[in-house]
Amino acid sequence: MTATAVDHEIGRDRRRKEDQRLITGRTRWTDNIVLPGMLHLAMVRSPFAHANIASIDTSEAQQAPNVIAVLTGADFGDELGVCINAWPITPDQVTPVHSPMPSDRVSFAGEIVAVVVARSAAEARDAAELVEVEYDELPAALDLKEAAADSVLAHPDLGTNKSALWVFDSGEAGTGGNVEDAIGKARADGIVIEREYRQQRLIPAFMEPRSVVVDPTGEQLVMYSATQIPHILRFALAATTGVPESKIRVIAPDVGGGFGGKLQVTPEEWIAWAVGRRVGKPVKYTETRSESLMSGHHGRDQWQKLTLAAEKDGTVTGLKVELLADLGAYVAIVGGGVPVLGAFMFNAIYKFPAYHFACQTVLTNKTWTDAYRGAGRPEATYAIERLMDELAAEVGVDPLEVREKNWIKHEEFPFTTVAGLEYDSGNYEAATAKARQMFGYDELRAEQMARRASGDPVQLGIGVSTFTEMCGLAPSRVLGQLDYGAGGWEYASVRMLATGKVEVTTGASAHGQGHETAFSQIVADRLGVAFEDVEVLHGDTAVAHKGLDTYGSRSLAVGGEALVRAADKVVEKAKPIAAHLLEASVEDIDFAGGRFSVRGTDQGMAIGEIATAVFAAHNLPDGVEPSLDSDATYDPVNFSFPHGTHLCAIEVDTETGALKMRKYVCVDDVGNIINPLIVSGQVHGGLVQGIAQALWEEAVYDDSGTLVSGSFVDYLLPTAADTISFDIDHTTSPATTHSLGVKGVGEAGTIASTPAVVNAVVDALRQYGVHDIQMPCTPERVWRAIQGGGAGGSTEGAAMPHFDPSEPGQDSTEGAGA
Amino acid sequence: MIPAQFDYVAPASVEDALAALAEHGDDAKIIAGGQSLLPVLRMRLNAPEWIIDLGRIESLRGVRDDGDSIVIGAMTPHSVVGSDPLVAEHATLITRAVEHLADAQVRHRGTFGGALAHADPAGDLGAPVRALGASFVIQGPGGTRTVSADDFFVDLFETAIGDDEILTEVRVPKHTGWGAHYEKFVRVAHQWPIVAVAATVRVEGGTIAEARIGLTNMGSTPLRAAAVEAALAGQPATEAAVRAAAAHAAEGTHPPSDLNGDADYRRHLATVITRRAVLAAAGA
Repeated sequence: MTATAVDHEIGRDRRRKEDQRLITGRTRWTDNIVLPGMLHLAMVRSPFAHANIASIDTSEAQQAPNVIAVLTGADFGDELGVCINAWPITPDQVTPVHSPMPSDRVSFAGEIVAVVVARSAAEARDAAELVEVEYDELPAALDLKEAAADSVLAHPDLGTNKSALWVFDSGEAGTGGNVEDAIGKARADGIVIEREYRQQRLIPAFMEPRSVVVDPTGEQLVMYSATQIPHILRFALAATTGVPESKIRVIAPDVGGGFGGKLQVTPEEWIAWAVGRRVGKPVKYTETRSESLMSGHHGRDQWQKLTLAAEKDGTVTGLKVELLADLGAYVAIVGGGVPVLGAFMFNAIYKFPAYHFACQTVLTNKTWTDAYRGAGRPEATYAIERLMDELAAEVGVDPLEVREKNWIKHEEFPFTTVAGLEYDSGNYEAATAKARQMFGYDELRAEQMARRASGDPVQLGIGVSTFTEMCGLAPSRVLGQLDYGAGGWEYASVRMLATGKVEVTTGASAHGQGHETAFSQIVADRLGVAFEDVEVLHGDTAVAHKGLDTYGSRSLAVGGEALVRAADKVVEKAKPIAAHLLEASVEDIDFAGGRFSVRGTDQGMAIGEIATAVFAAHNLPDGVEPSLDSDATYDPVNFSFPHGTHLCAIEVDTETGALKMRKYVCVDDVGNIINPLIVSGQVHGGLVQGIAQALWEEAVYDDSGTLVSGSFVDYLLPTAADTISFDIDHTTSPATTHSLGVKGVGEAGTIASTPAVVNAVVDALRQYGVHDIQMPCTPERVWRAIQGGGAGGSTEGAAMPHFDPSEPGQDSTEGAGA
Repeated sequence: MIPAQFDYVAPASVEDALAALAEHGDDAKIIAGGQSLLPVLRMRLNAPEWIIDLGRIESLRGVRDDGDSIVIGAMTPHSVVGSDPLVAEHATLITRAVEHLADAQVRHRGTFGGALAHADPAGDLGAPVRALGASFVIQGPGGTRTVSADDFFVDLFETAIGDDEILTEVRVPKHTGWGAHYEKFVRVAHQWPIVAVAATVRVEGGTIAEARIGLTNMGSTPLRAAAVEAALAGQPATEAAVRAAAAHAAEGTHPPSDLNGDADYRRHLATVITRRAVLAAAGA
């Protein structure tokens, strides 16, 4: 007998079901999978950013112990397939063919030119060192602005580095006025803020390196991959390698983080697929951390040219955005779509009358770029929230005041923005009032003034970010209008087992989000069963046969809603059976708390009992199938629009430029909350990732196109030791376009926090005439800005040779002594 | 991250280790705690044919009192050095530096002598041992010799230890009763220092009688801030006096330029960090 839930699960701080196995690692990570006769792959990668491949000599590697094969691009034909771009943002987008293993020319340092197949991973790695590749180096397009001028071509055959120009204009779209008119008027009699901001290149740096296992020994070819997108991966394999979709099974076992970095179809997957099919045995490839940082897709990397027009009182009259976005060497699966996702968010929570957005995507000889937590929206939010602070400074009012003057009032929802989106709900006043109170805003402002007055070597800065974002990707018809290659629906099914337990499948593909817990809570409430009695299955195309996977804070807002609908169908199917078994009419049956009861009597049956009766099928109404199992595919009618007010106080050590976070408060409105503990975790992690862009992380290349920050020695990921305890809270304006009322929280913290931090830094330094610090705000940049050096310049340069003392044998690497 | 193949030997005595070193010569690397060597091997930046592990030589572990000095065995883990009462009493500066060395895992595996023999100028131990005037006991085929801290560090990742020799212990003259502070400037906690300053001072009645100051990552080796030491001697332990003396901190240094800062920024940092370190050491 199934236990009956006594209390509401939704809203409970449930500890995550999946955590014990994920945290201990005693689970099915892809690299833990061992199959009979499995072979191992090692990749040979180009050290050059751009070079013709003159020759590849594999003979010595072929002779190495236990090497089965050494294969190059030339050894494969069309069977190798291509890595796809699923979102050509314009009809005339210039898109280089992306072979997983080119045979003629490499386009970024880290690109694969050969693969070694051996009986052990160590033997494969040893033999990879023996592959002799001759390169003829070509000039490399590295700097984004120079590449946009086509001075050096990343792909000489294409004739240009300019891939696509995507434009939105509110005047042309009929969603607002003409921005040039607004700017012209502001120049004559108002305020014009013109700025150029840099979104540095970032690396997703998920914890579990990418890993892939291909098993070609069954009737279906199976790929296990540490991916966020098993369903899309299956489709892409079928579409590009000639294997029928029905012959392909893709499994994403437990996946250790992604942040967008595993929203990709990768050369490594395609090569493993081709090699597995070629040798007819299971093969495994797991990347090293160095390979991951170098060749897994990177994120951000934009120059943002911004023009904000306003009246003298701070009322914004128009915003013009001109972006250069670095695609890297290829147009990745979402590729140029990432900045386009930001196009609708530069106007943020504000009522701008006129808006123009233009993004030029540019090919370079660097690692390809794609989605990274927030994908387009952090860039937009950073730009506008930095500009609103600049506007406040220009007008001479508090940054919160200028925002309030321009934001959408809570009674104005639903509100159609100048970018053409309809925001369903929100209350910026409430979130801001709460955050302000929690922060002690007035007290900290008073302290700031006191420190200024006394010339304290430690100055205080206060940063504001009142963000919104669009998530819950996405209404399929909107994606169609944007020329995206797929829809945005999600799938779920609910299976009632004979013992009354419940199996749920979802097309969302968790990689750390806690779906198993949150989805169990939803189903427990909906069906009135115990939380422990619900099992959530995902990440296997043979189990959850369709789905569009996990990214863009979509799993709950879209996948959760699909699950609600599937569960409701179970109840509807059970009702006539309950009526039959209780000898009552269907109209007299009520369902509540997991129990079907006959109105006005004490007669009833638990849903688990119905499930058992259906399994036996001994006594069902005529014409009723013996199954309660149901599924649903839900296509959202709108995005969801979380918002929040983030306040950050930073102490600046003016003698050294060191920054110390003093306080961070955020009040996020993410709609209804299923599990507050999971939401807190998402907010905390998101905040740290956004703060890391502001303060620490940057992928730096040298003049020859080598990734200098190629290890965690130089790519500075923060740890708990570098962060403070955040004060987080919520207001609740439920989403109105679906029944759960949730809004998505996976990206909110990352989107909001970056400008809050930089605004705080600049706020502390504005007294010295500083109005920008380039990210990451290193102590050196801050110190130089205080010294009058402006925005602190770039950190391009050499890394410390901690791991590269000198030629082998000449150094005393922990060895010539004790 | 799989190293190239190597053979491995773990001798039980220094003599056996020296014999293995003599036998394999240039093809061998000695491993102590492995916290620097293993990443090098795994990234295939070096591929020795033999690894000689000193981990089983008990005589190289531990801290002992030897009259005017304390003696730290080369294979003593950082975590042991950091919690050793003799070190805390007579070489407080080392205790303070070890507190900031990498993270708990590294401090557990990494060794005092291994880190010094690695001679990374950004390592946290070079500056304090130079400041304390330690000497290094090195054993080779011809016997044992002792090298001063000033002569031990030769260049980037290069020490006075010969190819056929092993560092066995470090002798640290007692600085009992001296104030000490290690001030480390980093962007994230687990990072190598951008600049760090090891300061230890003897204060008599509010006056700095003697000061010894080491600089981390201000050149190709750990450095002594001799000009600051000279300027501090006899000065009152006040903010103004220390600030004036610390202004000399970058004299004679050749700091690197890298992602964390250009050389001129490091020179500036050295003056600020030195002032803070000395004031903290003096309890002012």
